[in-house]
Amino acid sequence: MFRYYLKLGTLSIRANPMLSALMVAAIAVGIGACMTIFTVRHVMSGNPIESKNDQLYHVQVDNWNPDDPYEEPDGAPVQVTYLDAKALFDAGRAFRQTTSFKTSRVVQPDGDDARPYQEDARATTADFFPMFDVPFLYGAGWDRASDETQDHVVVLSRELNEKLFGGEDSVGRTLMLNDEAYRVSGVLDTWNPVPKYYDVNNNPFEAPARLFLPFSLAIAGSFDNNGNTSCWKPVEEGSGREGFLASECIWIQMWVELQNASARQDYMNFLNAYVEEQKLLGRFPRPLNNHLRTPSEWMKYNEVVDEDVDVLLGLAILFLVVCLLNTIGLLLAKAMRRAKDTSLRRALGASRAELFKQHVIEAGMIGVAGGALGVVMTWFGLRGIESIFIEYEFMQHLVRMDWSMVTLAVVLAIVSALGAALYPTWRTCNITPASYLRLQ
Amino acid sequence: MLNMKNVSKVYRTDTVETHALREFSLIVEEGEFVSVTGPSGSGKTTFLNIAGLLEDLTDGAYELDGRDISKLNDKERSRVRNEKIGFIFQSFNLIPELNIFDNVDVPLRYRGFNADERKRRIEQSIEMVGLGSRMQHLPAQLSGGQQQRVAIARALAGEPRFLLADEPTGNLDSQMADSVLDLLAEINAAGTTIIMVTHELGLADRARRNIFVRDGQVSDNAPELHLASMAAG
Ligand SMILES: Nc1ncnc2c1ncn2[C@@H]1O[C@H](COP(=O)(O)OP(=O)(O)O)[C@@H](O)[C@H]1O
Ligand SMILES: [Mg+2]
Repeated sequence: MFRYYLKLGTLSIRANPMLSALMVAAIAVGIGACMTIFTVRHVMSGNPIESKNDQLYHVQVDNWNPDDPYEEPDGAPVQVTYLDAKALFDAGRAFRQTTSFKTSRVVQPDGDDARPYQEDARATTADFFPMFDVPFLYGAGWDRASDETQDHVVVLSRELNEKLFGGEDSVGRTLMLNDEAYRVSGVLDTWNPVPKYYDVNNNPFEAPARLFLPFSLAIAGSFDNNGNTSCWKPVEEGSGREGFLASECIWIQMWVELQNASARQDYMNFLNAYVEEQKLLGRFPRPLNNHLRTPSEWMKYNEVVDEDVDVLLGLAILFLVVCLLNTIGLLLAKAMRRAKDTSLRRALGASRAELFKQHVIEAGMIGVAGGALGVVMTWFGLRGIESIFIEYEFMQHLVRMDWSMVTLAVVLAIVSALGAALYPTWRTCNITPASYLRLQ
Repeated sequence: MLNMKNVSKVYRTDTVETHALREFSLIVEEGEFVSVTGPSGSGKTTFLNIAGLLEDLTDGAYELDGRDISKLNDKERSRVRNEKIGFIFQSFNLIPELNIFDNVDVPLRYRGFNADERKRRIEQSIEMVGLGSRMQHLPAQLSGGQQQRVAIARALAGEPRFLLADEPTGNLDSQMADSVLDLLAEINAAGTTIIMVTHELGLADRARRNIFVRDGQVSDNAPELHLASMAAG
């Protein structure tokens, strides 16, 4: 019977082309709106480092004001001070560890007419690359020794390497940054984690830096911090750079890699012991409040997905509901048109259940068509979002559709169509068989 | 085979109550060919619809083949309609999008026959009404008489024991009407019970028994059939 009903569905859709087209369009528009927002939300709430989610931990220690927590009621600061970054990093108690911050350098390309320009950079440590599974096209990151010796080494993003070296293997070549010569140690392959989980405090949706260089070098060279800095105690006046580094200001992101639960526990104990020791020196006036959070916990904690997106999604769902109410109206109109056909089928022996199946399958076909068109609409919707936010570089990476999204769109469309068909079909199935045959 | 006792049917709308049938009683035996006549609005179609389980009755008792119809659920009723009863309507009621073959196929689909069995029955019944060469035509491509023959083929394909016809010749000219009547007589001779509503007394005459309905009741003082014969000329 299924194939028979498919055939009847096709005939009915062909017999009512306008109504059918309107229904498909209503569903497609609603699905398109929903899926556009949902895709944006899905990408925004994704975890690009899912595979290592149980091994990577963002480090939080609470050095904040005893009278005023970093975040009510008892949130610990979201970055660490240089004092703690250096102490914890030097202790080396994790399998891997990295401290980093956002900075920038003036790139001086080779060639006489190439003009110097500013480029985003990340000051970080050797472990950054293996910890976050950063893919390399050529070479590799620097080794741990370079972290200590403040070597002038640099890792380039793929795009920057294309720009500066025409995409060639530039490992070993020299790059001038702020009048200092750096040796290229590696070139990244395309790497675009969305959200940028390793530094969510400085716009989680911005593109990653195009230059990576050693943290110790950046500290020694007093590179500017281009990320957020928060202080609860003023930096001692006239103390300069040294004073800032010794202050309670937070501005550094610290991550550790811990391979199992007991390593995590050990590290937590270590952190607690570290803070207790610092308390003896007069720092850390607040109660013990240290945290190790996985990337997904960390993104959730920082509300990487803005509430606005949820509001938008709610509106889109509401819009879909309106579209479906429309569809219900259209289906009712169609049912009226077909009342005679329906009562005739009843007279010839179709039970309510059979009629129900027939109409549900037809609604399903409308749903599939609406879903397919909805995917196309979503595609246009996403392109639209891109063009609206064209000045935000990160949006380019934000909007893409994968197969799970396409499947979801079609399934949602079918479910919607079936939902919309429920009441009209119920009405249809309850037509008295004789009512529309009595024409004489 | 059909036994109605004191059946009544009331149509209620917000403002009016129409008593389409009142205390309607009738017994029809297996193999009969019964014609039902009566003035317009007397309840003939209502009777036929109730007999064919297309409508519920308001009051009274109806047994078909010894089964109390009021005790059947929707699925069982649909099954009785599908297997035991064939319908022929004045306005043919073919499905315009389906060709002749597929129109005759409709009740057989609900019967659950396999494709071969359906094909055999469809072809056989379409041949029987003399339209074997038109199976792929759409209803609109046929004349009224041919369409009614298709409707008869559809009613017969399931080999029902009981054929209900409501003014089957009402939309046909007299020549076509005659040939449809011939076909019905042939079907009745082969054993199918037929109840046919008509307002043409001349056609009623061809049935073996005539019922006259007035005001929703079987009337005792039916006009004599010879009058009908005379009227038919
Ligand atoms: N669905 C209905 N709603 C209200 N009244 C109806 C309905 N169907 C039939 N009737 C009324 O019932 C009476 C009998 O109708 P019907 O059985 O069609 O008569 P006939 O077929 O003998 O002309 C008529 O008065 C008609 O108006
Ligand atoms: Mg009538």
